[in-house]
Amino acid sequence: MQVKRPKLNLFERTYIPQILAGMWITLKHIPRRKFTRQYPEEKPPLYGKYRGAPTLVKDVEGRVKCVSCQLCEFVCPPKAIRITPGERPSDAPDANVEKEPKDFVIDMLRCIYCGYCEEVCPEEAIFLKKDFAIAGYNREELKFHKDKLLELGGVHDDKIWKWKHE
Amino acid sequence: MIPELVIHVIKIAGVIGVMLGIVAYTVMAERWVSAWIQDRIGPNRVGPLGLLQPLADGLKLMLKEDVLPHHVNKVFYTIGPTLVVMPALINIAVIPWGSNLFFGSREVKCVIANLDIGILFVFAFAALSVYGIVLAGWASNSKYPFLGGIRSSAQMISYEVCLGLSVVPVFMQVGALNLGKVVEYQAGHAWLVLTQPLSFFIFLVSAFAETNRTPFDLPEAEQELVGGYNTEYSSMKFGMFMLGEYAAMFIMSCLMTTLFFGGWSLPFAPFNAPAQTLGVGLAHVGVFLVKVCCFLFVFIWVRWTIPRFRYDQLMALGWKVFIPLTIVNVFVTGVWLAVKAN
Repeated sequence: MQVKRPKLNLFERTYIPQILAGMWITLKHIPRRKFTRQYPEEKPPLYGKYRGAPTLVKDVEGRVKCVSCQLCEFVCPPKAIRITPGERPSDAPDANVEKEPKDFVIDMLRCIYCGYCEEVCPEEAIFLKKDFAIAGYNREELKFHKDKLLELGGVHDDKIWKWKHE
Repeated sequence: MIPELVIHVIKIAGVIGVMLGIVAYTVMAERWVSAWIQDRIGPNRVGPLGLLQPLADGLKLMLKEDVLPHHVNKVFYTIGPTLVVMPALINIAVIPWGSNLFFGSREVKCVIANLDIGILFVFAFAALSVYGIVLAGWASNSKYPFLGGIRSSAQMISYEVCLGLSVVPVFMQVGALNLGKVVEYQAGHAWLVLTQPLSFFIFLVSAFAETNRTPFDLPEAEQELVGGYNTEYSSMKFGMFMLGEYAAMFIMSCLMTTLFFGGWSLPFAPFNAPAQTLGVGLAHVGVFLVKVCCFLFVFIWVRWTIPRFRYDQLMALGWKVFIPLTIVNVFVTGVWLAVKAN
């Protein structure tokens, strides 16, 4: 390929017009809108089915939805989930009907955010939320226990309520 | 009555204080302007609007470990950074940063040393700063600093010639080497940038080369030379190089303001004659500082616009273009003055 080299006149060969043009361009950028995102204050927008930290949710009546069937523990590829099954408190209306995990641990350092736990859960009790900045000072701190997971998950607004008849 | 000596000490302290303050904030401005040009925000975390950033930077440099590599020549390695800062601090002495300040009936000239050889003094000391860089490059005893030192010596010596020759027409026209006189001349007549535009242009470009600023920052050349002459330096010794570079920028801005842009003067009253009251005197100092800050902005603006010159281009520009041009300029000015005199 032959590139045509334009003939430059004496003024252009001093490079002054190009330098001035360049300086004009940089000057125009000074008042422009800035692209910096001030991160801790300004969170990035997360679109669609973003897979962040897996969390446990409660139903609209404030009951823990998880029944400790341990399917998520079984399906979890990196084995990040450990469930200790237990009973519902005996004073609860559905005591002896449903189970409830005594403890539910997700090791956030092992979790690969694949979302299989959410997919496999028959009770729709575990959801991947949009939290992505998971940090701690040691490994223990990053093993999220039941209380922490429930706190992160909050209440899930179900369309179908279990044990509820019209 | 306050003795003359005390007034001098106060003046020196004030000028050095203001200078170092401006230098510190030039570093800050460099980071801001570069950020704005690149569509970023820039440092804004330390203090309101990030204005305490220079303080944090300085403190950080002080607290860093001062590494003294075993392969360096310790004496020259230590002298290097001080030699870079010193000339700029000395040169501020002859810059007229205002006209007069009146305290009651007492008149104080706004210059530390009102030398009749003003500009020669400046060039004599500005030329010393090359020793700092050359010594640093040599004493570091490793390849990149050495290359940086060589480049810098060649570059600064070449452009010293252009710098000196480019201002000759200015002094031919004014008829004095005293910088204060140059400013007073411009206050009465037109600014010299209007009568000597070529001088100004060559001075400006040479000033970039003298201060090792982009597009002529070959001695540092981060990409090729890993920082050039300051590669082996750390902590406050590195800080001194940084300080020296920005102080030299400040001095060059002061010189350009003084020589070509009328120093403290503006082409209308009360800025076209030396001040008679304290208020006007302070306004003159303000005008001077604003002009200097504009030049500092130009230094920064150019740095973030133009890529670095190749070494042979730099030398060709200096020796083959600027030096002939300055000589022609001197000649033309001489003819013009002779014709005007007759």
